Amino acid sequence: MNRPVTGSLAARLSRGGTRIVIVAVPVAFLAVFFAWPVVAIIGRGLVPKGRIDLDPLGEVVTDPGLRHVAWFTLWQAALSTLLTLAIGVPGALVLSRYRFRGRALVRALVTIPFVLPTIVVGAAFSALGITGSLGAILLAHVFFNYAVVVRTVGGLWSHLDPRPEEAAQMLGANRWRTFVGVTLPALRPAIVAAGSIVFLFCFTSFGVILVLGGPRYATLETEIYRQTSQLLNLPVAAALAVVQLAAVLAALSLGGWARGRRTAALGLRSASEAPRRIGRAGARAFLAGNLLLMGALLGTPIAVLVARSFGHGLDAYRQLGHVSSGFLEPPIRAVWTSLRYASIATVIALLVGGAAAFALAGAHRAKRRSAWLLDLLVMLPLGVSAVTVGFGFLIALDSPPLDLRTSTAIIPIAHALIAIPFVVRVMLPVLQSIDPRLREAAAVLGAGPRRVWLEVDLRIAARAALVAAGFAFAISLGEFGATLFIVRPETTTLPVAIYRLLGRPGASSFDQAMAASTILMALTAVSVLVIERLRVRDVGEF
Amino acid sequence: MRLRLIAALLLSALLVAACGSSGSSGGSGSSNGSAGSTVTLVSHDSFAVSKPVLRAFTKQTGITVKVLKNGDAGAALNQAILTKDNPLGDAFFGVDNTFLSRALSAGIFVPFTAKGLDRVPKSLRLDDRNRVTPVDYGDVCVNYDKQWFASKHVKVPRTLDDLADPALKGKLVVENPATSSPGLAFLLASVAKFGTDGWQGYWKRLRANEVKVDDGWDQAYDTDFSGSAGKGAYPLVVSYASSPPAEVFYAKPHPSTAPTGVLTDTCFRQVEFAGVLKGAAHPRAAQELIDFMLGERFQADIPLQMFVFPSRTGTPLPAVFTKFATVPSDPFTLPPAEIGAKRDAWISQWTNTVLR
Repeated sequence: MNRPVTGSLAARLSRGGTRIVIVAVPVAFLAVFFAWPVVAIIGRGLVPKGRIDLDPLGEVVTDPGLRHVAWFTLWQAALSTLLTLAIGVPGALVLSRYRFRGRALVRALVTIPFVLPTIVVGAAFSALGITGSLGAILLAHVFFNYAVVVRTVGGLWSHLDPRPEEAAQMLGANRWRTFVGVTLPALRPAIVAAGSIVFLFCFTSFGVILVLGGPRYATLETEIYRQTSQLLNLPVAAALAVVQLAAVLAALSLGGWARGRRTAALGLRSASEAPRRIGRAGARAFLAGNLLLMGALLGTPIAVLVARSFGHGLDAYRQLGHVSSGFLEPPIRAVWTSLRYASIATVIALLVGGAAAFALAGAHRAKRRSAWLLDLLVMLPLGVSAVTVGFGFLIALDSPPLDLRTSTAIIPIAHALIAIPFVVRVMLPVLQSIDPRLREAAAVLGAGPRRVWLEVDLRIAARAALVAAGFAFAISLGEFGATLFIVRPETTTLPVAIYRLLGRPGASSFDQAMAASTILMALTAVSVLVIERLRVRDVGEF
Repeated sequence: MRLRLIAALLLSALLVAACGSSGSSGGSGSSNGSAGSTVTLVSHDSFAVSKPVLRAFTKQTGITVKVLKNGDAGAALNQAILTKDNPLGDAFFGVDNTFLSRALSAGIFVPFTAKGLDRVPKSLRLDDRNRVTPVDYGDVCVNYDKQWFASKHVKVPRTLDDLADPALKGKLVVENPATSSPGLAFLLASVAKFGTDGWQGYWKRLRANEVKVDDGWDQAYDTDFSGSAGKGAYPLVVSYASSPPAEVFYAKPHPSTAPTGVLTDTCFRQVEFAGVLKGAAHPRAAQELIDFMLGERFQADIPLQMFVFPSRTGTPLPAVFTKFATVPSDPFTLPPAEIGAKRDAWISQWTNTVLR
């Protein structure tokens, strides 16, 4: 079918201008705050005194110890990803397609683990006796990333048109065949997207390996940390960073290939229409089984934390309101600091990530080659060590007008960097699956290109953007690892406050840390719930 | 941009306020060119000072302090070395004797003799050119859970050798020296005691005695140690000589005796230094800050902020320290130059001996 004729020359020019802006925003942001610092620090290691020296790279590739580290990093990440998908996809089904009381609450609750600082989860897992083994690492990775699968896959699933499934069943396919033949292919982009994010997280896992794996386990990430932060061996650290980057690029390309070049239009429905009542006993058992699993896997460590925080009634909470040693202000003030940074980070992530998602959707539609390049660039921050980026900031962003090394702005920027991949991965499948006929219908009914974009693309994107905003906000609230490696002015976010309380001896400090963790969890649950509310109202208009 | 604008506005408001307060204090501020300016102190995450003390400095000098934190002690120092051509701030606090030689050979500090340095014991002054100023010290020692030893009728160990006694099999948790500062200090204690040839044999015995290794102090102390919050399975842990007073201070209500004790023959001394960064934008203000850090007010604030001891002799200690803290009379030490030369090799030998 021919594309509708698109009005005047001016309109076409302005559309071209918009496209450039939409591509330029994410490219410029990522180039300045990510690519440049990483290149600078790797360059410092591998190009000392202006001459390229690749010996460290050879050393890394041939050293059996480091080869072992690289291999372990790879297979534990792959195994963790498969486990998380195997457990998370049924959970996504239950939370997106089944209608039951408390669904929104459960969906908010399963997001909590995702934002908990590793150090807190480490304490909870250790209290349960799960520590110092490969099993503990895998379990913790599933614990942290379950929400990624549930929300990414569930986000698409809840909008899937049920009619193809109904048709398949009418034609005699049983439930399993319907799932494998109809539902799963439709979900493929979301599953691959979730899988790539989980893989990157596990591949660059840091706190989990240190706290729960114990000193016997090392990944590329912990090794880069050791070489950079403790030994100041920049050549070897840079060589390891190159290996990490290469592996991440390979994994992402594989993910891009698996996602397929084009996503079929899915005929999305409004979410409130899609969930179905639970009828058959089998479905009820499936729901019960999944809820039990969530309770055991996600609920137990959280329950341990919460119980501990109330060990002396409200005492621990009351003490958070007082100035104590190591803090310039009462630790409770960190709540406002965290909320402020999370809001700023969410706005940045939505602007940059949203622009990238639109640019990618457009580029994929036009089958432009540049699409995969932008896609890679957007995802890379998840796959590069926080130490590398943090130390890179120091030597790259050190002259005006970009001397941000000592500015408060660096914190929400770092948070946004981690949130952007989520924003893109949540929004892109939805944007790509917009039925082109909707646009054409709008155009036929007399809407200009701008109006089509506003009424079709943006409307549908707004819904996905809210889900993405929830993610971005939660990521910023709980972000700890990266913030630890960037220089920052004396500002205490909630995870930093928890870290500092844990670093102080005494039972009361520990209880206060648990109380602060409980507040962090409650904050996350509330913000996710609020965003879900907004989302429901928005869909009502659609 | 908006944020920077707000930050700039706030900063100028602060500056105005700072100038105003120093003006109204009737010329109590020192009469030098740095009044009204800002000094940036770069440090690690454990740096802490109370607000009134910082305010006192501003009131006294007209200088506002901006504190930058970046990671643990190792990361903070390495970042300072990486940025030595274009430093992040004016002064640095938080390099200790285990990393001192790295800082000095990288040349990130300029010599400066702080006011009151003569009040600091010679044993803490480890650089004869005064490129760094000792601000505090503490001892890393094995702590024990008093109740466990009492209820099990087990004799409390005394020396490093006692820890390898089979009666204490699986009772000691230590930190990985590759990732933890107390872990490194405890390794150095064993080197100081058994010598560069003997320490590996000692760690073989500890390994045979099922010593547990954690990556960080938090996990070892908060989770695995039986005498603190986590009620773990290990009655012996590598921690600080100041941990027992902290146990008392952070318990509500305060107990009359500390629940934990210190094995004073297992201690390694850590000294923490501050220095003026080379290439600082405000060197004069940085010097005033270091003078202040060695002054009575800041020194008296140290114990309850960072749970270490002030370096200035005669600084009054809070009651919880005088009652419950132990200062070992003869802790293990090693020359910073030797630590600097061999630290990395020792850590990798330790890893091979204990973990592999």
